[in-house]
Amino acid sequence: MTWARLSLCLRILAVDPVGMGGLWLRSRAGPIRDIATTLLAQTPFDRPQRRLSASIDDLALLGGPDPVATLAAGRPVQRPGLLSDPALLILPMAETAPASLTARLAQALDRGHHALIALDEAAKDGEGLPSNLTDRLGLFLSLEGERSPRILPKPIGRRTLAKARALYPLVTLPDDLSQALAQLAARLGIASTRALLTTRRAARAIAALDGRLTVSEDDLIAASELGLAHRALPEAEAQPEDNPEPPPPDQPDQPDTPDSQPEEQDLQDLADLLIEAAQAALPPDILAKLQADRANRAARGATGTGSSKAGNRRGRPLPSRPGRPDGRSRIDLVATLRQAAPWQVLRKQADTQNRALIVHRSDFRLKRYKEVSDRVLIFIVDASGSSAMARLGEAKGAVELMLAQAYSRRDHVALVVLRGTEAELILPPTRSLTTTKARLRGLPGGGGTPLASGLATALDTALRARRQGMTPSLALLTDGRANIALSGQPDRVQAQADAHQIATAIRAAGIAAVTLDVANRPQPALAELAQAMHSRYVPLPRADARAIAATLA
Amino acid sequence: MTALHRNKAPAHAATGKPPFPFTAIVGQDDMRLAMTLTAIDPMIGGVLVFGDRGTGKSTAVRGLAALLPHIRAVASCPVNSADPAHCPDWAGITDPTIVEKPTPVVDLPLGVSEDRVTGALDVERAIAQGVKAFEPGLLARANRGYLYIDEVNLLEDHIVDLLLDVAQSGENVVERDGLSIRHAARFVLVGSGNPEEGDLRPQLLDRFGLSVEVRSPRDIATRVEVVLRREAYESDPYAFAASYGQAEADLRATILAARAALPKVKTPRAVLEDCAALCIALGSDGVRGELTLLRAARALAASEASPQVTRDHLRRISAMSLGHRLRRDPLDEAGASDRVARAVSETLA
Repeated sequence: MTWARLSLCLRILAVDPVGMGGLWLRSRAGPIRDIATTLLAQTPFDRPQRRLSASIDDLALLGGPDPVATLAAGRPVQRPGLLSDPALLILPMAETAPASLTARLAQALDRGHHALIALDEAAKDGEGLPSNLTDRLGLFLSLEGERSPRILPKPIGRRTLAKARALYPLVTLPDDLSQALAQLAARLGIASTRALLTTRRAARAIAALDGRLTVSEDDLIAASELGLAHRALPEAEAQPEDNPEPPPPDQPDQPDTPDSQPEEQDLQDLADLLIEAAQAALPPDILAKLQADRANRAARGATGTGSSKAGNRRGRPLPSRPGRPDGRSRIDLVATLRQAAPWQVLRKQADTQNRALIVHRSDFRLKRYKEVSDRVLIFIVDASGSSAMARLGEAKGAVELMLAQAYSRRDHVALVVLRGTEAELILPPTRSLTTTKARLRGLPGGGGTPLASGLATALDTALRARRQGMTPSLALLTDGRANIALSGQPDRVQAQADAHQIATAIRAAGIAAVTLDVANRPQPALAELAQAMHSRYVPLPRADARAIAATLA
Repeated sequence: MTALHRNKAPAHAATGKPPFPFTAIVGQDDMRLAMTLTAIDPMIGGVLVFGDRGTGKSTAVRGLAALLPHIRAVASCPVNSADPAHCPDWAGITDPTIVEKPTPVVDLPLGVSEDRVTGALDVERAIAQGVKAFEPGLLARANRGYLYIDEVNLLEDHIVDLLLDVAQSGENVVERDGLSIRHAARFVLVGSGNPEEGDLRPQLLDRFGLSVEVRSPRDIATRVEVVLRREAYESDPYAFAASYGQAEADLRATILAARAALPKVKTPRAVLEDCAALCIALGSDGVRGELTLLRAARALAASEASPQVTRDHLRRISAMSLGHRLRRDPLDEAGASDRVARAVSETLA
């Protein structure tokens, strides 16, 4: 089933690569995906296939001055980049691509010469492709849990493809199907117009591949499975429009006159059918998983690697300095040439080899960037039953106040919540105030205080952030009544011991922390914990949002 | 032209295909109004378009530029000067021929280098001829036109700083590589982005004159209409553009008439007081809010051939002029446009 779908995906893509935008293929690297990539390599696309890497730099991608050729020729020599000619781009490990790369790819796709196949190897929830790419890729397919096919799918033949491509521009989509598709998208909560456009194209391509001039219901269902199903929001989030407003009367060239509109009921039935098909196309857990991805992607600033990376790797350029290229630093070609330029006449007089350009070692200039390490502030908020509801409100208020400060300093913020039996990272590091506020608002309280688990989650997040070049710090807001051990069992003594152990680990990792005691009376146990963590301990009986914010500022 | 240049040229320049007509965009009235107003009075400042993906943000910018009347500029001038006397000295213009050019729309790609934005030493001439010459950048090309930044919230900070300075002064000053160059860089800044992926720095936010939020249309008929028009355009861009020729010509005429009428639009004192009252009620920082509010209202009045600015004009443009200038209050749950609407209904009752 899936293999037939993959085959269909590639056929559609071969018919109209640019119009479809591309394919989002979710599968871990392995023999299963190798079958898919082999099939891809054998498909006769009308443009060359080019493999990118997540760490590709701008020069290789967009083209630019070629240092070696420039020095040899004595004049600037431009080198074309991978995006300079129309191509089918293949991006392996797409989930780790930095925002800078995905944004450039998105711009390239918009220019309409390229198509992209994103190989998404996301291993666990919360990783995934940024939405600026997923929105532009018309097709989605997951090979997860798939077995090797008994018969390997065959790539499309050149002649079949040529016939389909000739037919494709002539294929039409009947009005009723057109309406049904729009209704389906609305009911699935799909906002993007691109999704509609690409799904229509896919349906037309399917008809063309079948040698027909009109899109049939089955074509549209098959196209929706590949193009719409994965974009669906869960029913609660989708807001179907019950009373579609009539189109504004002042618009010229309204093609659908009332008498050509099909019966409402028929449309409804057709849309239902499409929804069923779309849902059937999805593995049962994938919707939930995609939702998690979507939320986390949005929270993280649109990349699987944390948006701070770009900030650190690039940074603000500083004047270049003299130095030797050592393989790690980049030569500032312009500055180097500028340094060598005034001496050319003199040097050429002494030169016996008649070189075009004479550059001495002392001319080399290296690029420098000012690396500002982004801060990430990880809040651990106690939302347990003991931290009564009022306190939770105060903690939320404090976090929001600190958020405003973090926002003006361009800090990242993450949020770990203690409630029930296990702490949860409800917001991975983000800079988006919008997302953070939305998450915080919907935060329920209640249950036990899994303090150890919360500290462990925070430590994990902090270490991950540090690996990405950020400087993490923790802010713990709790009443200190830890009562859930790391194992998830209610055991007050074990819970305190576990919390202490993790606190020591935090201290060992050298992560800055501050502990805010929001209990009605200061808790000695919490003061001890704070000491173990080497954090500032601030008792705040009757937490007041502004007082908390002032302490942290 | 380097490979990079070619790559960044708008699609229609490469293919010669006309862009999607501005008047063929379905709905998105706020966005279209905001863009039309800046076309009438570029002094309003830029437009920031925040919202869902795939809602025609970049389509609108390209469409608008194609719609605008051509500018008259010195043919060989790198900064599109209208008069040979205004051409910068460093350009060494000898040929004063004046030609008609389309209004420039320059894309500022993410990850662009500072050199490319401001311009830098022309290395080729420096080495080959030993001349210290200036190679103009994107800011020079955008003079008297539009500078469009997609995903503006992902733009790197040092480029943002640079733009802030130029957008405010209208002049690009290059003091580097042993060069000391300045040239006019007046452009309408158009930015678009998705707020879920990161917010914009308040300083940059403030530099945009108007800000609008776009959403995908929610009703079926409109959405079907959107895709049908898009497909009609794609199957035959020329015929599609031609079918909107009259609408485009009408809008162009409206913009031109409004530009001519703009200096004559009267602003009663009561309206000025309304502006001030509105800004005080919203606690917006600085007077840029009032100035924008006033300019936008005047442009709207001019576009409707109204002899003076009225409260109704103010009402209609207040959300897009002030919404992004409010002080961020993390404890206020209401959206910016709701806060403006509330203040408008209280102040201009």
